[in-house]
Amino acid sequence: MGVFITFRCLNFPDLTVDGSYPLGAAVLALLMYRGYGALAGIVAACLAGALAGLFTGVLHTFSRIPALLSGILTMICLYSINLRVMGRPNISLSENLGHRTVFVLLRDAFPRVPEVYLRFIFLFLLVVLVKVMVDLFLQTEVGLSIRATGDNETLVATQGIDPNCMKLIGISLSNALVALAGAMFAQYQGFVDINMGIGMVISGLASVIVGEVLLRGRTIFMATLQVVLGSVVYRLATAIALNWGYNIGFKPYDLKLFTGLLVIVILSFPILKEKLGRVK
Amino acid sequence: MLRLERVNKYFFRNSLDERWTIRNLTLQVQEGDFVTVVGSNGAGKTTLLNLISGAYFPDEGRIVIDELDVTELPTHRRALYLGRVFQNTSQGTAPSLTIEENLAIAYLKGKPKGIRMALNERMRAIFRDKLAEIGLGLEKRLKDRVGLLSGGQRQALALLMATLAKPKILLLDEHTANLDPKTAEIIMELTARLVGENHLTTLMVTHNLQDALSFGNRTLMMDEGEVVLDVAGEERKKMTIQELLERFTLLRHKKFAEDRVLLSSS
Ligand SMILES: Nc1ncnc2c1ncn2[C@@H]1O[C@H](COP(=O)(O)OP(=O)(O)OP(=O)(O)O)[C@@H](O)[C@H]1O
Ligand SMILES: [Mg+2]
Repeated sequence: MGVFITFRCLNFPDLTVDGSYPLGAAVLALLMYRGYGALAGIVAACLAGALAGLFTGVLHTFSRIPALLSGILTMICLYSINLRVMGRPNISLSENLGHRTVFVLLRDAFPRVPEVYLRFIFLFLLVVLVKVMVDLFLQTEVGLSIRATGDNETLVATQGIDPNCMKLIGISLSNALVALAGAMFAQYQGFVDINMGIGMVISGLASVIVGEVLLRGRTIFMATLQVVLGSVVYRLATAIALNWGYNIGFKPYDLKLFTGLLVIVILSFPILKEKLGRVK
Repeated sequence: MLRLERVNKYFFRNSLDERWTIRNLTLQVQEGDFVTVVGSNGAGKTTLLNLISGAYFPDEGRIVIDELDVTELPTHRRALYLGRVFQNTSQGTAPSLTIEENLAIAYLKGKPKGIRMALNERMRAIFRDKLAEIGLGLEKRLKDRVGLLSGGQRQALALLMATLAKPKILLLDEHTANLDPKTAEIIMELTARLVGENHLTTLMVTHNLQDALSFGNRTLMMDEGEVVLDVAGEERKKMTIQELLERFTLLRHKKFAEDRVLLSSS
């Protein structure tokens, strides 16, 4: 979803994501180790993500560094920052150490519901909540201004809106969402790893375009639905590849190759089709 | 209303490619004036509008709008005083947004943006009325994306957007140049109407010399970054395209070189 906002709404290829995803996880872990609750950790993770996005945005708008480079710079800086926050390359959030993740909290709140369902329902509701919030936000005055900035920057300026300001808001918001995702995933799997963000941009992009292939429609509602569906399908596809791909020699470390190729194929598809069409 | 004081604009200043695009230009436009601007290719007409709108900043000189010195203000901070339509039909609108979303951007111009819904039924009703006045049937297509519209429809929408918030000055840069003659005529009529209704001070660049003389109340002719001819009143009323071209040759000792002019003045 975060990737959707920058790439599709702002037309800004933001690579900060690879850094802000583990940042969210790391900040969450830090707060939990300091004895704060999971919710405080999640809020702090979002704020940290927004800050990271803001940093990229400032590099781009104020220092006029190209978009891709701004993102990469922040990503590199974040690698060290994440290590500092975490103190070591990976840490676990185990209940035995007294870390009560949202999932643990949930289990205790509803002891009679099987944990698998609980997790599923909770994540489902969270996704719906985020989707609805993003839908609504994109239709507000600020949201509309952000989308217009991605579409036609000159126009936005002649209509009295500061395009740079809109970029900053958009990039911050998208990285806050990414950090939220990182924080949730860390709690889900019970540990944080410094490398968990590698390839996140491309995974996110893969989800966005898989969604666009699967579902047509131009409204905001449809667009965010595409993102959600795309993510689910993409994750399923990788899970299948991991589980059954084993037989054809597919190893976990092939996953990034798989994702990369997937994106390449989908992006090249329109051109290939056109070329083939002409040959016929 | 609008005053340019000894404005100079260079591109690639202090390099071998230096271009002195606007040369010591002084210009005063009165409130309610509709000024048409013609000039040969590369005369600096677009640059002039870019300077006024804040897309470029002058190297020397001052730009004053309504007694407010805007010389240093970036585009979005002087936007409230200005409306602008471009030659390129995709520049004046946001193509992947819907018609109503585009109009909302224009409607909200100058108002602080908040976390409020950008559109409501009251605004839609206003938009429908305004679009119906244009008479292109756009009022029934509020939810269509602007990218689906024809160049003429987009230009009409861009005009509406530029004038919706009642700016003080309207800047038009060959906004009918990319349209077929019939559509261009419709857009020119719409332009004249919107300017009249909103009492806008207008600067219109055009390569159509006929339009330049028949619309507005004053005509400027530019060449090499200078205003070489400035006619208004009785003199302008009597002037023909032929005379305009002759005056230019007399002044500049060369022919008025604009590839597209020949087509449109014949
Ligand atoms: N962004 C820019 N960078 C460099 N040179 C520029 C730039 N904009 C304009 N120029 C130069 O300034 C001169 C005037 O250009 P301008 O676009 O203002 O002319 P114009 O009168 O609008 O011409 P046309 O009739 O072709 O639209 C040209 O020589 C052009 O090359
Ligand atoms: Mg021009």
